[in-house]
Amino acid sequence: MVPLSYYLLLSGFLFACGVVGFLIKRNIITIFMSIELMLNGVNLSFVAFAAHWHALSGQVFVFFVMVVAAAEAAVGLAIIISVYRTRETLNVDQVNLLKL
Amino acid sequence: MSFHLILFLAFGAVCVGGAVNLLAQRHPINSALSLIAVMAALAGEYLLLGAEFVAAVQVIVYAGAIMVLFVFVIMLLNAGEEEETKGSRVAVLFGVPGMLIASVLMAWVVLRRSGTEAVPIGALPGPPTDIAQLLFHDFLLPFEVTSVLILIAIMGAVVLASKPESSSGEVD
Repeated sequence: MVPLSYYLLLSGFLFACGVVGFLIKRNIITIFMSIELMLNGVNLSFVAFAAHWHALSGQVFVFFVMVVAAAEAAVGLAIIISVYRTRETLNVDQVNLLKL
Repeated sequence: MSFHLILFLAFGAVCVGGAVNLLAQRHPINSALSLIAVMAALAGEYLLLGAEFVAAVQVIVYAGAIMVLFVFVIMLLNAGEEEETKGSRVAVLFGVPGMLIASVLMAWVVLRRSGTEAVPIGALPGPPTDIAQLLFHDFLLPFEVTSVLILIAIMGAVVLASKPESSSGEVD
């Protein structure tokens, strides 16, 4: 028996790590990975609540979150490749113009 | 201390260590590998919560497909160490204590308000057949909408990642 609060704390910690990485990292790929970390933290709380309330809908929601994350990763990485092609850099500090 | 709690703590320690390592590493490939460790440990947590389907999908889709995509892009773009940037002094001065206070407060509230509740492991009736029943009956419309979303994402990725010369609708 593991209390629900432990899972929530772990999930909150993962989410906070994602937020911190999003803010302090300068590499655009690492920033993107921080977003994935945030999504994973949210997924953990979804599954924990699903187990707690005996509601399977939570697990189905996790499935949807994963599908959206996969779509987001595909499009986001394509954008990163496109940005790298025009800027020759992955540092977000140097990507400061919308237009070339 | 029960065996489930020990397993939870072990997987949780891997999660926490991987997440902190993701922030500490400067090279993106090291961050990607620690993120894979986090996802694998999360799959273990899902198993502890009785969610076998989600654990399997976590390993196959997240640790398998999405992270392979990340590692592939890192190697394709030959991403190197990220440069040091000067951070704001005020942010460190006020942000770190504020974050500590906020996290301790939140942990205290969460532990206090739900301290007696417990998640019985394996008590959840969640075999993949039940999830399939939900997914293809109750959530059929969202399921179809996500399939359309995936299709659009595939086309968008192809259009965005294709070379500018080869795309017909190129505007200089």
